[in-house]
Amino acid sequence: MIGDGEESLPGLGDLAGRQVALIDILDRLLTGGAVLTGDLVLSVADVDLVRINLRAVIHSITPDDPAPW
Amino acid sequence: MRTDTDAVTGPAADPAPAPAAAPATGPAADPGHVTYVYAVGRAGTPLDEAARRLTGLAESPLRTVGADGLAALVSSLPADAYGADGMRARMEDLAELEALARTHHATVEAAYASTTVLPMRLATVYLDDTRVVEMLRERSGDLGALLSSLEGQVELGVKVYADPSAASARSPGPDVAAADPAAGPGRAYLQRRRTQRRDRRDIYRAAGAVAAQVPERLAGLVRARVAHRPQQGELASGAGENIANDAYLVPAEQVGEFRRALAGLSDAAPGVRVEITGPWVPYSFATPPRPGGTT
Repeated sequence: MIGDGEESLPGLGDLAGRQVALIDILDRLLTGGAVLTGDLVLSVADVDLVRINLRAVIHSITPDDPAPW
Repeated sequence: MRTDTDAVTGPAADPAPAPAAAPATGPAADPGHVTYVYAVGRAGTPLDEAARRLTGLAESPLRTVGADGLAALVSSLPADAYGADGMRARMEDLAELEALARTHHATVEAAYASTTVLPMRLATVYLDDTRVVEMLRERSGDLGALLSSLEGQVELGVKVYADPSAASARSPGPDVAAADPAAGPGRAYLQRRRTQRRDRRDIYRAAGAVAAQVPERLAGLVRARVAHRPQQGELASGAGENIANDAYLVPAEQVGEFRRALAGLSDAAPGVRVEITGPWVPYSFATPPRPGGTT
């Protein structure tokens, strides 16, 4: 790579210090992100979310149930 | 074994010994630690420098593990706390889950500010670096293609809410004011209830119409769209009901244009609210589209 390696994206410039809503993070980190295969010790797909309260909190984790509109 | 292109890069320019450094001759399995993967990028200086600058979960130092021109941004974590059992327990506790998610997110975001990386789904944990190298080799085609698709892009979220309480606070419906005072209290009550029900239905309908306009207004500005489930449950703290929760892939230089395109969208619709979140690292576009998926 040439240069000092800093090619900061203009769109991400205002990110620092912003408190993001947890539910927006979980929407992305639990249903988005690259899903890797291979010799995983663990991935979210394997996590059995048996706890009812957690399931209620992160309702977004059941992606097969489409939105009703 | 091809060892020439594989590199397990510690904090190379940093003379401080890494606590779980693998021998240079080949990564030895360390039963006491697992390898947590935050993101995958192209091997090279920007990612290595990001690794040197950043810390991961439990303040662990980051490093890169490379193969086939790609490099994973990883850190070693104690196996008892972050192995399968520890992680499962962690994810069933909301405070622990929040700490895990926020740290993963902060690490990925800081790396993305330096160089394009493919963010991993939360809790992507490998037994050791060797397994990571194997995964990178096996998936280098897909991962490279996904990385290219995210180059220079960010994600923006758009949420549409229907909030009848906000609408009635702002303007009592004309029918309420026009209720016939001679009709008696029972009849006035019923009329008020009917009006409220109708207002509520109108607001949901208006929210649906606003949600439908979002992609129209963004046509030509965005690369892709993913529909997330509308948010509900106790973490969904926004007033009203979330009826649309979409993510858009946008060139980073178009973020301002994106916001302008949606400005004033719900102004003519009392009780309808539009929220834009981000810019995000494009998590929602790092998953290869499933057949029949919503991408």
